[in-house]
Amino acid sequence: MAAFEATVLPHINAAYNLARWLTRNQQDAEDVVQESYLRALRAFDTFQAGRDGRAWLLAIVRNTCYTWLNKNRARDMYPLNAEDAQLTASTHLDPETQLMDKAAAERIRGAVADIGAEYREVLILREFEGLSYKEIAQIVGAPLGTVMSRLSRARKELQTRLCASAWQAKK
Amino acid sequence: MRLGLAGKEMSCHQTRQWLDAYFDGELDLVRTLEFEEHLKDCGECRDARDGYDTLRQSLQTPGVYHKAPEALQQKIRTHLRHATAVHQMPSTFAASPAWRLLAAAASIAIVVIVTALSVEWARSHSSKEILAQQVVSSHIRSLLADHLTDVPSSDQHTVKPWFNGKLDFAPDVKDLAGEGFPLAGGRLDYLDHHRVAALVYKRRQHTINLFVWPTSGSDSRPETVALDGYNIVHWNRSGMTYWAVSDLNARELRIFADDLHP
Repeated sequence: MAAFEATVLPHINAAYNLARWLTRNQQDAEDVVQESYLRALRAFDTFQAGRDGRAWLLAIVRNTCYTWLNKNRARDMYPLNAEDAQLTASTHLDPETQLMDKAAAERIRGAVADIGAEYREVLILREFEGLSYKEIAQIVGAPLGTVMSRLSRARKELQTRLCASAWQAKK
Repeated sequence: MRLGLAGKEMSCHQTRQWLDAYFDGELDLVRTLEFEEHLKDCGECRDARDGYDTLRQSLQTPGVYHKAPEALQQKIRTHLRHATAVHQMPSTFAASPAWRLLAAAASIAIVVIVTALSVEWARSHSSKEILAQQVVSSHIRSLLADHLTDVPSSDQHTVKPWFNGKLDFAPDVKDLAGEGFPLAGGRLDYLDHHRVAALVYKRRQHTINLFVWPTSGSDSRPETVALDGYNIVHWNRSGMTYWAVSDLNARELRIFADDLHP
């Protein structure tokens, strides 16, 4: 139990961030993360000591997310709820920067959330978690070349969306 | 347009194809150098790279990453404790304070023993493990960037001289077509802080990368390891260290090593 906690509990932010982007909803993400930790605990005897606990946990989170989305597919078809764009306030910044950052962050979150799921997940794993192509390939169960081309497409889509939303914001 | 190290021109089209791999540090050494050479001369490709920098910075804006709510971590801890208590111990034992004390003492003892053993194990194995990991990464990278060979040739008399002036040693290049491992070519790679020779062999549809560089270690028998679904055979011979890696099965890869240095 101590080994399990030491291996996977430190990665709770990574787990939540991925679940949050894939489910696009706070409550669902929390449920998925809790379920993922229970699954991870049950599967912990298959974890090889010395391997990266984060990549291992993220693979479980991803699977749990998709099982969950399959069950609740109808709900996922609804447009994003307003809550999705809400931000957790960053308290250590001065109010003005905080306000500017908040608007920018909101715009960026909206753009990322709009990318197709298979592109979004590789982007999250690479840009937020800094995982290697090999690790990402193992998590999403796709060949390296596919990971690379999905990542490329994700970045291009995100660039287009950010350009469009910047133009909107200026209007 | 300029000539790259491999003697090929790198076009804007190719550069764009590799932009992601370059940006993510996943491109092999020779291609990376070619890529950077191209950027010096091409403003458009530089803009594309800068665009990626800007994109990465935007994603780092505070408030974009979704941090886990603090209550969630506490909730998960409680859940996990509950789940393990129910699963692992019959409740009468779990309730007894003496049993708990004993269990705590035993688990501390186990942790101490395991830690001592693993520190010892890590000391002797870590550098080789890290190298094996690098060997696998280089192998994957060579297949990923579609950059298996700088000198594509099945002729050992073409491949061997190609390394002249590119390395401070001369690797032994043997064609093993007769043994069913035809030579496909050679390329420069970078491993363990050295420029190394990478010789590429084929076995049916499988690719074998054989990395060679000088070592001060004495001759050793081939050792086989498996890592992330790849097989590796490693040995030293006459002042050179050899690492063969492939998705080929371990038995045939071992035969390859034995054919090379009977």
